[in-house]
Amino acid sequence: MDKKKLGYWLFFIALFLGPLYLTEFRLALMGKFLCFAIVALGICLIWGYTGILSLGHGVYFGLGAYCTAMYLKLESAGGELPDFMEWSGVSALPAFWQPFSNPVFALGASLVIPALLAAMLGFLTFKNRIKGVYFSLISQAVVVVFVTLFVAKQDWTGGTNGLTNFTTFLGISLSSPLVQIALYMLTVITLGISFALASRLTNSRAGRVLSAIRDGENRVRFLGFNPTSYKVFVYSLSAALAGLAGTLFVLQVGLISPAMMGIIPSIEMVLWVAVGGRHSLIGAILGAVIVNSAKSFFSETYPDIWSIFLGLLFIIVVMFLPNGLVGMVQSWKDKRKKSKQKGGTANATDSVVS
Amino acid sequence: MIAAISAAALTLSGCAASNALNEEEETTAADTSDTVSVGVLHSLSGTMAISEVSLRDAELMAIEEINADGGVLGKQIEPIVEDGASDWPTFAEKAKKLLQKDEVATVFGGWTSASRKAMLPVFEQNNGLLWYPVQYEGMESSPNIFYTGATTNQQIVPSVTWLLENKGKSFFLIGSDYVFPRTANKEIKAQLEAEGGTLVGEEYTPLGHTDYSTLISKIKEEKPEVIYNTLNGDSNVAFFKQLKDAGITADDMTVLSVSIAEEEIRGIGTDVLTGHYAAWNYFQTTDTPENEKFVAAYKEAYGDDRVTGDPIEAAYNAVYLWAAAVEKAESFDVDAVKEAAGGIEFKAPGGTVTIDGDNQHTYKTVRVGEIQADGQFKEVWNSGEPVKPDPYLETYPWAEELN
Amino acid sequence: MAVVITQIFNGISLGSILLLIALGLAITFGLMNVINMAHGEFIMAGAYTTYVVQQAFSQYVPESFFNYYYVAAIPLSFLIGALLGFVLEKTLIRFLYHRPLDSLLATWGVSLILQQVARSIFGAPNVAVTSPAWLDGGIAIAGAVLPYKRLFIIALVTICMISLYLYLDKTAAGRKMRAVTMNRSMASSLGVSTKKVDAAAFAIGSGLAGVAGCALTVLGPIGSTIGTYYIVDAFMIVILGGIGSLIGTVFGALSVGMLGTIAEFWTGASMAKVIVFVAIIAFLQYKPAGLFSARTRSLE
Repeated sequence: MDKKKLGYWLFFIALFLGPLYLTEFRLALMGKFLCFAIVALGICLIWGYTGILSLGHGVYFGLGAYCTAMYLKLESAGGELPDFMEWSGVSALPAFWQPFSNPVFALGASLVIPALLAAMLGFLTFKNRIKGVYFSLISQAVVVVFVTLFVAKQDWTGGTNGLTNFTTFLGISLSSPLVQIALYMLTVITLGISFALASRLTNSRAGRVLSAIRDGENRVRFLGFNPTSYKVFVYSLSAALAGLAGTLFVLQVGLISPAMMGIIPSIEMVLWVAVGGRHSLIGAILGAVIVNSAKSFFSETYPDIWSIFLGLLFIIVVMFLPNGLVGMVQSWKDKRKKSKQKGGTANATDSVVS
Repeated sequence: MIAAISAAALTLSGCAASNALNEEEETTAADTSDTVSVGVLHSLSGTMAISEVSLRDAELMAIEEINADGGVLGKQIEPIVEDGASDWPTFAEKAKKLLQKDEVATVFGGWTSASRKAMLPVFEQNNGLLWYPVQYEGMESSPNIFYTGATTNQQIVPSVTWLLENKGKSFFLIGSDYVFPRTANKEIKAQLEAEGGTLVGEEYTPLGHTDYSTLISKIKEEKPEVIYNTLNGDSNVAFFKQLKDAGITADDMTVLSVSIAEEEIRGIGTDVLTGHYAAWNYFQTTDTPENEKFVAAYKEAYGDDRVTGDPIEAAYNAVYLWAAAVEKAESFDVDAVKEAAGGIEFKAPGGTVTIDGDNQHTYKTVRVGEIQADGQFKEVWNSGEPVKPDPYLETYPWAEELN
Repeated sequence: MAVVITQIFNGISLGSILLLIALGLAITFGLMNVINMAHGEFIMAGAYTTYVVQQAFSQYVPESFFNYYYVAAIPLSFLIGALLGFVLEKTLIRFLYHRPLDSLLATWGVSLILQQVARSIFGAPNVAVTSPAWLDGGIAIAGAVLPYKRLFIIALVTICMISLYLYLDKTAAGRKMRAVTMNRSMASSLGVSTKKVDAAAFAIGSGLAGVAGCALTVLGPIGSTIGTYYIVDAFMIVILGGIGSLIGTVFGALSVGMLGTIAEFWTGASMAKVIVFVAIIAFLQYKPAGLFSARTRSLE
């Protein structure tokens, strides 16, 4: 256990020291991937630990990003109307935009709004015992609703162009390399804290209830627990993590548009977790970083091959590596251990739950 | 577990180290050699690849021609092609890479407004230079972008005037639900009011919408003389097929489109398009000696079955305009090139284009064409001389309240 | 008056198109409980088959017969769709029957690959299909024009429905299929080869997607991404109708079609889409099992 902890510390320290060994361009990429890793943590909690497959996390990521972007847009507009509203013929700032000129409100909203939406949706669907693939498909329908709305209400949201062209955050210029490094480090710290909290949760009593819900929801119910409230809680938590990631994303990348909350990005988020290992938090982080690195490598070198590779990755992981890369390493280590202590009883294999 | 993590950390740092090495090699190589690198940044994958691949082809062709002719300032142009993957953050990211890592002299790229808006802050912050080759909705004039496609007063405004004079006064506006159609239609409405037209309907459909039966029955209800079409991509196919099914032909109502070029006609089918109109600055059939050469060269390079079109020509022009500006400035420096660019002229396939030094757009001839059964346009009107670009429509009194 | 007739007809027509797309899913998802995200790409395969048949006819068949290419394209699209479905079932789906969420992810991977393959073969731009001359035009009723193409699709989906009903209810193979979906282990112990039945059911469902693709060529674009335009709608319709109920799928498709056209008529296409999806999500909260659900006392 201690060895494991040491490994985690080393990993996060290595990430934190990124600016020492990564070029400016690679650092910016890594910062973006680490934002995705925060989303992956949330998906790992609900999918790997609780058995809820959400195909709609792009929405929560997008909502968080938009909340922060609204503040950034207002700050760079400097008291005037944001540029896209002028083109769209809006004469005064809409009322719901106004509180976002306050950075504390905007940052708070980027956590609370995704969490509230998830709580509402989760409460209704989980209470009605909609689960499994039905929940997944409904979450996909939610994506359709939000993307269509955000595109159609261009006078409020910037339409397909989204929100972009920010200059400062709390008065600090976003383009200076030092700010980029600071934001990167902030992302690593946030990821580290989220990871620590998530692993504490999964090791707690509540975390064991979550796994129990995954393996047999009705038994949990018969034991006197209320699965709905546990599920709503963990679903909102993962939405809040996605919103948090959205905030960090928009600060570093300087752009959010409805295309980033669509159906395809939402499914890709699940892929990160599946590749890394759905039952492992560290696997989710590694998955997000590895898949996205592969994506940027392939699209730089062989743009045509990328979608075939992505497709194959999905199939291979699902068919042959249901526990992802972490599961692969684990089983390889188990085998080695087994061959060392001949005659020793084998470990119980991981239960594969989908 | 610990093994996996340290392995990952090692790979990470390993990648980074090798990258750093590569970068150093590249920059030193670029400084001493007699080549100059430029970026070509279009979507080569994803939904926009359909349109943008042809632009990359045209730009590469222009680069090859210039190189064969001795290059720019004696240096051969070396294109660095990047894929924007139809994804706007990727565009921003790749633009940053081209400017910071490859230190290119200029970038040719983009198609959608969203991709341009995503790249704009990158070019402004790094003082780079972007050549954007597609018609767009105007209301923009970044000091770091040259716009070689039409702005609204070089495509939409004159075509509306032409329609009012030749085809009818009552307009129905349809468009895909995004920035270009909504902004364009706002301008059209103001223009109709000023020039004596009437608006009988305005409808938007989501991108990728494929059922137009209800929209068409609204059109039938309002009986407009002209349908002004700013639909995008696949929606055009569904709209035109279903319009014909509903018994509306080019004889009943005139449809004028601004996003249908030769390439799109082939995917829609001439059986439903013949007799309808489009407004552009260039058609493959445009009759200039430059165009004859251009079309022949394009077909020879990329196959006899390929067609040219307005954005393809604008992308081709962009490379020549940049090269001419560099020659005039006698430097690749962005500020010097910008300084020199005003007034640069190029005998383009679609007629002479000139860079307007004030807003960095180009003077272009406006053309309206009728779609023929062979998938080509027959020009029915042109503006005679190149029209001065006016992205904010400042010279039109009716557009005052739009800004 | 003409508008009312047109709009009612448009509602039914949109419903029939949605039904044609959802019918295949009603089997693979509704009866077999497999989430096949590549269903949309089988639609694409059907559309491209139609294009290829058209090209072949224009080259090798006397011109007077050209208009009948469509008659040949429908069964061929079915066969291509069915073949793809059969291969998919044999190589992938059958290993994932107990892991529905995983089959969702794996088939999404398949859909990405199929789209890229289509782009490599046919190129990225759309291809054009000239619809047969005998489908041009329409019937005029009280000032409203009912296009033949839309009437044809309504007829086609009706024929598909009836054949499917007859197959499931009146033939031995169909009854075996129903037996397996009702109680797999019982059917198996009574000597039904569930493997064969699974493969056949999946092939039929996928073949219907091919037919849908063929029908869509007369109305819309033919390109590598057309499957993605319909797939989410189709799944929502099957859930709305009620899993395992063909009649539910019919009602689901028709109500979505009607609601969609009415909402679009009063608002606009974007808002109509939002309204339809919100309505479906809200309805499922009220009736999670859908419009027509088999009564069951089982817990899961």
